[in-house]
Amino acid sequence: MDTPEHLKYTTEHEWAKVDGDLVVVGITDFAQDALGEIVYVELPDKGDEITKGDSFAAVESTKSVSDLFAPISGEIVDINEVLIESPETVNDDPYGEGWIAKISPYDRVELEDLMNSDDYNDYVESQFEE
Amino acid sequence: MEYTSLSDEDIEAMLGSIGVSSIEELFSHLPEALRLRGRLDLPCLASEEEVIERLQELAGNNSGSHTHTSFLGGGVYDHFIPSVVKHMLLRSEFYSSYTPYQPELSQGNLQAMFEFQTMVCEITGLEVANASMYDGSTSTAEAALMAMRITRRPKVLVSSLLHPSYRSVLRTFLVNSPVVELGLTPGAATNLAELESAVDCETACMIVQFPNFFGTVEDLEAIADICWHKGALMVVVTNEPFCFGVLKSPGELGADIAVGEFQPFGIPVSYGGPYAGFFASRMKHVRQMPGRMIGETVDVKGRRGYVVTLATREQFIRREKATSNICTSQSLFALASTIYLSLLGSRGLRELSEQNLSKAEYAKRRLGEHVELPFAAPTFNEFVYKCPGARGVLGKLARKGFLGGVPLDEHYPEFTDHVLFAVTERRTRDEIDGFADALKGVLG
Repeated sequence: MDTPEHLKYTTEHEWAKVDGDLVVVGITDFAQDALGEIVYVELPDKGDEITKGDSFAAVESTKSVSDLFAPISGEIVDINEVLIESPETVNDDPYGEGWIAKISPYDRVELEDLMNSDDYNDYVESQFEE
Repeated sequence: MEYTSLSDEDIEAMLGSIGVSSIEELFSHLPEALRLRGRLDLPCLASEEEVIERLQELAGNNSGSHTHTSFLGGGVYDHFIPSVVKHMLLRSEFYSSYTPYQPELSQGNLQAMFEFQTMVCEITGLEVANASMYDGSTSTAEAALMAMRITRRPKVLVSSLLHPSYRSVLRTFLVNSPVVELGLTPGAATNLAELESAVDCETACMIVQFPNFFGTVEDLEAIADICWHKGALMVVVTNEPFCFGVLKSPGELGADIAVGEFQPFGIPVSYGGPYAGFFASRMKHVRQMPGRMIGETVDVKGRRGYVVTLATREQFIRREKATSNICTSQSLFALASTIYLSLLGSRGLRELSEQNLSKAEYAKRRLGEHVELPFAAPTFNEFVYKCPGARGVLGKLARKGFLGGVPLDEHYPEFTDHVLFAVTERRTRDEIDGFADALKGVLG
């Protein structure tokens, strides 16, 4: 399982990365592997205003659909339109080309509640043990 | 698994755990007037033979298209059904199965549903269809919900010339959403000026019946155009899809979603239901479609096979976020329609459709000699006539062996003495002439 150290993680298996004024969001390597072949990504609309914890997008594999929950409150300023035609990009490169949305955050302090890579690895392991 | 009915102790224990003293108390919230007191009023014991005789006697009191010459329509149409349809349906592989939950084991069922979807697409002129819905009214309500999901808008416009029962089901589904009914023109078409002023950037869709409840062929292209300018979708509802043998399809006329009833295709009239609803849409909206959908694919050896596809939209996987809380279909009746249409073929459909149209036009001419035809708009196999004392006239005609139509004032109080009159291919020239003469006689 790949868990880059420079990212922040949620208990719902999303990652968040600070990129200038924006926060880029996607799903983790663990999540894409657990979902299997991703066939559709339901993207939010640009301009949508989301609150931390809201479901704002969904990732669909051949057998299930998982919601994505906002790791931070803010406005959606960009979405990854590549995923409309090539949703499998999320499988191939979950932390890079497979990003889902860019959020202009209202308060970046909210990011401090998220886990770092070590904590997330421990979290996944503890979930797995259960 | 052993089956043992509840013992008195079991009942005591269950009542005790929910804190109720008796079974009677479970029903104490029901109004007294609705409660049954005393025993059911049942006749004393009878032999099987006696019961059959009694039931046949009661059934003999029924009247309908088997006892009368029927010109009833209004959403349900009396077409001829070849007996092969029933005999195919009665095959136990089809007859005994519910919507399959291990679907890929039932390749025959899936193939039949896939053929059904293909026929729905060909008839509606749209790109994708589901494996059927409960009936025309629920498919209409589901279409409204789908339009609301696609557009993320709350408001639904509906023509008052949509079937009254369908409107009623729609209002039940959308009890918490704004539903605006649009009036009709003196020509019995949806009022487009009202549509122009009602459609706005909160409007998810406009629902219009084609041909409408009065039989009029609506100007769908004009409606689609008005909707398009405000980003609203057009939902077209049809309960007499035979019209598409002679009329352009909803897809060609700009519909985003086409729904309705396949009853006219091989399903008996039988007291108003159940029938099979159809549901078709443009491919770009496929993920917002309700219901089951069957796809064609190949197995590991490259052989053709069928699967339930996009099931991830459905309730048993997506729970409360499913596109619909219906994740079943009306498979047996959809199969009846599939068999019926495969017998007709596209040429047969066109030919029967032309018969419906020309017999209705002939009936218009004959009836027009004795009664008023208040609307001049083009129709398919159903139109409205008007005569003084219509309800009394219909009663007298029934005694002469004719079911002379559906009085409109039941649902449209302002249209007293107006009667909706349907003519299918089953009605012969002699029957139409006979009816015209009977009408003349009754009117004196």
